[in-house]
Amino acid sequence: MKEVYAVLTLAYRDLLKLLRDPTRLISELMFPLLFIVILGGSLQSSFGTGTKFDYITYIFTGVFAQTLFQSAAMGVISLIDDRENDFSQEVFVSPISRYTIILGKIVGETLVAMTQALGILVFGFLAGVRFSFGQLIGLGWSGVVTCLFGAAFGVIILSNLNNRRTADQVFPYIMLPQFFLAGVFNPIQSLPWYLDFLSRISPMRYAVDLTRDIFYLGRTDYANAILQRPAYNLALMTVAFLVFLFIGTFLFVRKEQNR
Amino acid sequence: MDGISFSVAAGEFFTLLGPNGAGKTTTISILTTTLNPTSGVARIAGYDIRRAASAVRQNIGIIFQQPSLDFNLTAEENVRFHAVLYGLYPFRPTFSTMPRAYKQQVSELAALLGLEKDMGQAVKKFSGGMRRKLEIIRSLLHKPGVLFLDEPTAGLDPVSRRTLWEYLRQVRRERGTTIFLTTHYLDEAEEADQTCIINHGRIVAQGSPESVKAQLTETYLLIDAEDRNKLRDELRRLKVEFTEAASFKISLRGSDVQRIIKAIETPLSLVKTHDPSLEDAYLEIIKES
Repeated sequence: MKEVYAVLTLAYRDLLKLLRDPTRLISELMFPLLFIVILGGSLQSSFGTGTKFDYITYIFTGVFAQTLFQSAAMGVISLIDDRENDFSQEVFVSPISRYTIILGKIVGETLVAMTQALGILVFGFLAGVRFSFGQLIGLGWSGVVTCLFGAAFGVIILSNLNNRRTADQVFPYIMLPQFFLAGVFNPIQSLPWYLDFLSRISPMRYAVDLTRDIFYLGRTDYANAILQRPAYNLALMTVAFLVFLFIGTFLFVRKEQNR
Repeated sequence: MDGISFSVAAGEFFTLLGPNGAGKTTTISILTTTLNPTSGVARIAGYDIRRAASAVRQNIGIIFQQPSLDFNLTAEENVRFHAVLYGLYPFRPTFSTMPRAYKQQVSELAALLGLEKDMGQAVKKFSGGMRRKLEIIRSLLHKPGVLFLDEPTAGLDPVSRRTLWEYLRQVRRERGTTIFLTTHYLDEAEEADQTCIINHGRIVAQGSPESVKAQLTETYLLIDAEDRNKLRDELRRLKVEFTEAASFKISLRGSDVQRIIKAIETPLSLVKTHDPSLEDAYLEIIKES
């Protein structure tokens, strides 16, 4: 029971820290806003009208998944500087399992990312995306799955990093290519073989596709927007989630005590 | 770290001294289980740091060199999260929903340090001294047998430093908590039961502050007279060993000041005794190692 309380405490702390820091809240919503309103809006008015392709919705769903995936991953990676900072030093010397710390962080960063999801929904609405109640529920569900998946991805990255500086240097190279390979903004139905290969090994791709599976369900442009069926994406994400989580946590715990 | 070995009895006040980079924080990290030793054995409160890391953690409190508080959270939230992580209370999202025992413990501790009105405030509004106090309150919440303090007063003003020490003395008196301190303020180590000086990862002096001082520094008497020749002759006649420089230096090892002064008849222009501080001993020891 103690470990359950610890997970709740760690997660709650992450959420409180976000809510008490309005500057951070605003800055983290800046990119989704730019992507959806400016990028989506400009693509829509330039290309969308002729091709009848709904760029705004496409980018909105892509950015929704991308933001949650990235936020959760970055949140977990922040454990790397946490151990030298603030309350986290306390966390690392408290009598709780290291696995509990990782789990608490994953749950916490999921909560943090889901708070941002609310903001993204608002931007989508302002940009002209309309959603039914069923779609909202669907986005909530795929959002949580995406966060957990992104957090597990964060764990495996974290387990291979030594300090904040490396993290900052490496992170753009891990994330930025995925923006394009996962089809956040750009349709990736047909790619040259090498890009297709890179796309298939980009974890973000599956989170983005799952989100579109849900959101486009029953729409006429379903087939144009999605890559794979939800069951396929979900199965792949589950396997990858477990692999990332177990190997990542194992490596992290080992490295953490043998610095 | 190289071949360091020491033991600290329950309730003792132990200080680990050494220059920056000597290995103090590494030693603390190993003893508090955040760093695995490459070899060697250590036990805290009877528990092996490798095989029973969790039991060790449950039995220690730590004040880190860097502040370990979340500045955006309130003082009470910082304390509450600690209490839950140590399994003292179940998790509740607000203060008012916490068990009564917790509320009582917190308000008692806050009253002790005069922070009653500030517990609901964000820690970022606290002064450096208040933050340190809060960290100490928090670290004692789970009643640890051993309290580790890694340069706890670095950066504090003299008043905060003094109040902090008064509180720590009180804690020792009332709870019999073992204190393990690293510091650069040597005066803080003067009242320790045992002190250990390390340099380049090795122990270079160990024992009570008195014995460390006695080992490496001397207590001496400085005297001088208008008529130096007369004084010199007299000292020779009295068979008092001395060295002559800017003044006459007489080592006091084994002889007492009063007897010497009483025996000298030459009018003296200077009488000064030098009783070394731990700082003198420390500087000497570090220079030699």
